[in-house]
Amino acid sequence: MHELGIVFYIIRDVKKAAEENGVEHVSTVVMNIGEVSTIIPEYLTDCWRWAADKEDLLRGCELRIEPIPAVTHCDGCGKDYPTVAHGKICPHCGSEKTWLLRGNEVEIKELRIES
Amino acid sequence: MHISKKCSNFAAEMDGMSRKTMENVKIIEIKKSVFENNDRAADALRGELKKKGVFLLNLMSSPGSGKTTTLIQTINRLKDKIRIAVMEADIDSDVDAIKIKEATGVESIQLHTGGMCHLDAEMTEQGLNALAQPLPPPSPQEREPREGESPDLVILENVGNLVCPAEFDTGAVKNAMILSVPEGHDKPLKYPLMFSICDVVVINKIDVLPYFDFDMEKCKEYIHMRNPKATVIPICAKTGEGVEAFAEWLMKEVARWKE
Ligand SMILES: Nc1nc2c(ncn2[C@@H]2O[C@H](COP(=O)(O)OP(=O)(O)OP(=O)(O)O)[C@@H](O)[C@H]2O)c(=O)[nH]1
Ligand SMILES: [Mg+2]
Ligand SMILES: [Zn+2]
Ligand SMILES: [Zn+2]
Repeated sequence: MHELGIVFYIIRDVKKAAEENGVEHVSTVVMNIGEVSTIIPEYLTDCWRWAADKEDLLRGCELRIEPIPAVTHCDGCGKDYPTVAHGKICPHCGSEKTWLLRGNEVEIKELRIES
Repeated sequence: MHISKKCSNFAAEMDGMSRKTMENVKIIEIKKSVFENNDRAADALRGELKKKGVFLLNLMSSPGSGKTTTLIQTINRLKDKIRIAVMEADIDSDVDAIKIKEATGVESIQLHTGGMCHLDAEMTEQGLNALAQPLPPPSPQEREPREGESPDLVILENVGNLVCPAEFDTGAVKNAMILSVPEGHDKPLKYPLMFSICDVVVINKIDVLPYFDFDMEKCKEYIHMRNPKATVIPICAKTGEGVEAFAEWLMKEVARWKE
């Protein structure tokens, strides 16, 4: 359900960009999806297939996902560490004063148009 | 990572096999968060609400934590002081909108999300516009709707879910969430984003505290870890205990917004 909603936002943005660039068919949409973005890539591509094929602009268009690893920064010691492996507690110093540096992106990176 | 067959082939081509393919592929760079349009629409809506002096509260929680019960208790304490309206977001029913209307008498409409797990700023704006329609239609001898008859406070009961509504700014002035005792005091650790965006966290169903290992102090500590500025208000919506504090918080915020 969540992924389908996201797919509708992607389609809206892609349509707009295609219109601005005078594009009639998009062959690939490349997404940057953060590791802790709450998006499940397989669900997203499934929802995409269903919704994209309803649009002339996007019929057969692939949604390609490039994952972004999540990294957390620690204010306690100033170091960074991988979020998924260690969660909210810094593995270097044990501090809980940490925040997500990157990894929650849901971003359209680029459109590829084959002619 | 999920790459379909066609994509991998395409990637292989891109990796040097065919220069011709490269020439035939045009790339349009976008580099834009899918939330960006919504964030912009939400800011615009907040601007409109400020002009009109309408305070919009976005109320979120898991299903069944007591949003509707809390709203009824709160509205009955405030409805003689300010004009209130309610928008109930539900995937498919209008049970809650009817319940609010019957228990408080204030205007209450149902927003159907059409299967979506959250409301966005556009849907919220459509709801606000529906509220602005004079209902029921004015009788012929009735005058035109007066200036300044828009509500002072609109409460949006968002879809029951701690993940998605946190990601979509509805255009609300303040965000509130209800955490009920049976859900456990560690929810702020499991749903950090939700707790980090909420200005007030209402802890409901304190009447059942004796039956659960719910640590109120730990819960407050976890909430403040995610959001040091969050106001925490323990209540029992069933009996009304503590609801006064939430009603006062709302009155103060509404007054501040109208300044
Ligand atoms: N014991 C107890 N039960 C409560 C309290 N507040 C609400 N309930 C009960 O919890 C159940 C759900 O309450 P609702 O107010 O419908 O919760 P909700 O969050 O609006 O639910 P949805 O809209 O379905 O997500 C009902 O059976 C209420 O009677 C409380 O303070 N104590
Ligand atoms: Mg409800
Ligand atoms: Zn969702
Ligand atoms: Zn550290």
